[in-house]
Amino acid sequence: MNFNLSEEQNLLADSVTRFIGNDYGYDIRKKHVALPDGFDRATWATFAELGWLCVPFSEEDGGIGGGPIETMIMMEAFGKGLVVEPYVSCVVLAGSVLKRAGNPGQKAELIGGIIDGSRLLTLAYLEPQSRFDLFDVKTNAKRDGDRFILNGTKAMVLHGGAADTFVVSVRTAGNQRDASGISLLLVPADAAGVDVRAYPTLDGQRAAEVTFTNVSVPASALLGEEGKALVVLEAVADEARLALCAEAVGMMEKLYQETVEYTKTRKQFGVAIAVFQALQHRMVDMFTLHAECKSLLLRATLTSATGDAEAPRNIAALKYAIATKGQKVAHEAVQIFGGMGMTDEMSVGMYLKRINVINTLFGNGDYHLQRFMAA
Amino acid sequence: MDIQFKPEDLAFRDQVRAFLKSKLTPAIKDAVVGGHINKELIIQWQKILYEQGWVAPNWPKKYGGTDWDITKKYIFENECAEAGAPAVVPFGLKMVGPVIYKFGNDAQKARFLPDILQSNVWWCQGYSEPGAGSDLAALQTKAVRDGDHYIVNGQKIWTTYAQLSDWIFCLVRTDPSAKKQEGISFLLIDMKTPGITVRKIESIDNQHSLNEVFFDNVKVPVENRIGEENQGWTYAKYLLTHERTAIAGVAQSKKAVQRLREIAAQEMSGGRPLAEDNDFRAKLAKIEIDLLALEYTELRAIASVAAGGAPGPESSILKIRGTEIQQALSELAVEVCGHYAHALNVDAPVGNDYAWALSAKYLYGRAATIYGGSNEVQKNIIAKAVLGL
Repeated sequence: MNFNLSEEQNLLADSVTRFIGNDYGYDIRKKHVALPDGFDRATWATFAELGWLCVPFSEEDGGIGGGPIETMIMMEAFGKGLVVEPYVSCVVLAGSVLKRAGNPGQKAELIGGIIDGSRLLTLAYLEPQSRFDLFDVKTNAKRDGDRFILNGTKAMVLHGGAADTFVVSVRTAGNQRDASGISLLLVPADAAGVDVRAYPTLDGQRAAEVTFTNVSVPASALLGEEGKALVVLEAVADEARLALCAEAVGMMEKLYQETVEYTKTRKQFGVAIAVFQALQHRMVDMFTLHAECKSLLLRATLTSATGDAEAPRNIAALKYAIATKGQKVAHEAVQIFGGMGMTDEMSVGMYLKRINVINTLFGNGDYHLQRFMAA
Repeated sequence: MDIQFKPEDLAFRDQVRAFLKSKLTPAIKDAVVGGHINKELIIQWQKILYEQGWVAPNWPKKYGGTDWDITKKYIFENECAEAGAPAVVPFGLKMVGPVIYKFGNDAQKARFLPDILQSNVWWCQGYSEPGAGSDLAALQTKAVRDGDHYIVNGQKIWTTYAQLSDWIFCLVRTDPSAKKQEGISFLLIDMKTPGITVRKIESIDNQHSLNEVFFDNVKVPVENRIGEENQGWTYAKYLLTHERTAIAGVAQSKKAVQRLREIAAQEMSGGRPLAEDNDFRAKLAKIEIDLLALEYTELRAIASVAAGGAPGPESSILKIRGTEIQQALSELAVEVCGHYAHALNVDAPVGNDYAWALSAKYLYGRAATIYGGSNEVQKNIIAKAVLGL
C-alpha cells in the first residue's frame, strides 16, 4: 500500500504544477476570461505541445494510456489555477465518449484532432428539464434513409460557443425518461439548423444553449450502438465527477492556504488577525475539510483505477463531500477575507463560484447522498 | 499508487483472523457488544493475547513486544476491533509500559514490565488535577524529597479505573520554583501505600469508571522515579504521543455503523422499521461518508510511515475527526433507541437488551473530545504546528 506517484506521474505533476505556478497567475487567467471564446487558444495549443491533451487516451489512440490518477493530478493543478481552458468539456467529456464508443475511423479523426489541439469538441447531454437524469432526453433524432434528423434543445453545453463539433445525446426510440433508446450523434457546430446561444457562467467559464431544428447528419455520425448510449453516458459522468472533484480539491487547498497567508498580513486592532483563536479554529476546520476531501478523492480515484466494485459508491461519497465540505471551505474563506472576499479582485470569490458550478454538474450533494445510500 | 496490501501482509491478516476466530470466546464478544465488559473478562482476553505474544504490538521485541511494522500493527488493531475483541486497557500496555522501557532503569524494567505484559498488575494514570486539565503542566501535586523517599501530597482527578488499580503513574511537582514544564517528575506509586484515598465520581453515564485520588503524605521510594528528577514532562509528552496511535478508532466506528443498522431494523417508526426511513438513512450515510474519509486519512498516514517518512500533516486531524465521528454515531444510536434509551438500567435491562448499553456509551463518549488533549487544544496545536499561525 502506498500513495506515491510513479516516475511518469511525477513528471506530469511537475510539469502541470510548474505551468500553473509560473504561467497562469490570476491576472493572466482574467485576460483569458475576457477573450472572445472565454479562454486562450494559444494556451490550448501549449497544452497540446506539453502533451496534456493526450493524457487519458490509450497509446493505440495516440495517447499515453493515462487513467483516473493522471487525470486527478492534472485537474487538481487546474483547480489551483482556476484554469478556464476547455479541458473538462473537450478532453474529459467528449474525449471519454469517443474512446468508449467511437469506431476506429471516428477515433483516428477526432481523438487525433483533440490531441493535436486542432479540434474542439464538447458533450451536449443536458436539457432544460433533465436536471441530473442523464436518461431524461427529449431531443430526438429520427431516421430518414441513411441520415438522422435532429430536433430539440440542449442546455448549458460547456464551451458550446467555441466547439466545432457537438457530441449530442438524442432519443432515437422510446419515451422521454426511458433508459433505452438514447443514442449519441456527432453534429458539426456549423450544420444547417444548429443555433448556438453562447453565454458566460458565473465561474468565468462559458456555456451555450444549443437548439437543433431539423438538423440532418449522416448515419455515420452515430457514436456507438444506436439506442444504447446511457451506459456510455453513465461511465463518462463518473469520469467527469472524478475530474471535477479533483479540481475542487485543488481549489480547497488553495482556499485554506491563501486564507492562512492573508490573516498573517491583515491587521486589525493593532495585530495580525491570524492571532485570533476564533479565526485559527475556523482555519483548522478548513484544513480538516480539505484533508477529508483529499482522502475521499484518493479513495474514489484509486478504486476507479483498479476497477473495484466499491468505486461508484466512493465517487458518490466524494461528490457529496465536495458539495458540502467544498462549499463550506469557500464560504469560510470569503468570511475570513472579509470585505476583500467580496471583491472580484481576489480569487477566493472565484473559487467559491467555481465550486458551486462543480457541485451542480453531474449531480448535486443530495443527488449523490441518495446514490450513496442506494449503492 | 497502490491500495493493495502486500501478500505477506494479507497472509498476516489471515493469521490474525484465524487466531481471533479460535480464541475470542462468545462470552467476551457478547460482553463487548452488550456493554458489560468487566475487569475479569478483559484480563482473560489480555492473557490470551499475551500467550500468543501479541499483547503489546508496539513494544520492542526484546521487552516482549513484536517486530511488526506499522502496516501489521494497523491490520492487527483493525482485525481485533472488527472481530469484536475488547480494547486492551491502555494504562499499562500503551502508556506506562513504553515509558518504562524507554526511560526506566534495568531494575524498573525487570520489576514492572513482565507484570504489565501478563496483566498481573493494573495501572491507572495520575495526570489530570482539578486545576490542570487541558493545561496539564499546571499540575500542583507536590513531591518533596525526604532521604530515600518522596513525600507526595495533592490530588488527581478523572482517574479511570483507580478503584481497580494496583499502581498509579503520576506526574508530580518536584521543583515549585522552576517554569511549569520544568519542575515535574514522573513517579510510580503503589496504590496500597498508606495515605492514598480513592473516591468515586458519579459520572453522567451512571457507571463507575472515574475517580478522584487523594495523596496525604504518601511515602514513595526514590527508586520508583522514572528517569531524572524534573524531567517528567519529557516522559509525559512521549506517553501522549503513544496515546495518539489508533486514536481514530475507524474499525470500532465501522462496528458501530453495523450495529446501528441491526438495531434500526428492529426499531419501528411510523409503522415500519426505522432502517427504511429515508431521513434516518441519510443521517447514517453522512456519518459513513465521513468515516470513509477518515479511514483513508489514516491509511495515508500509515503508508507514509511505512515508507520510512513521518505521518503527513493530515494525520493531525485523526483524533479530532475520529472522536467527532464516534460521538455522531453514538448520538444517532440513542435516537434510534427511542424511549428505552432513557430507562436507567439498575438490575435487569428494561425494554430490550441494547438501549441502556448504547445510552451509557453515548454519555461516556462525551469524554472522547475532552480527554487526550481536548479537541480545542488539538486545534490550537494544528493551528501552530501545521498552519504556522
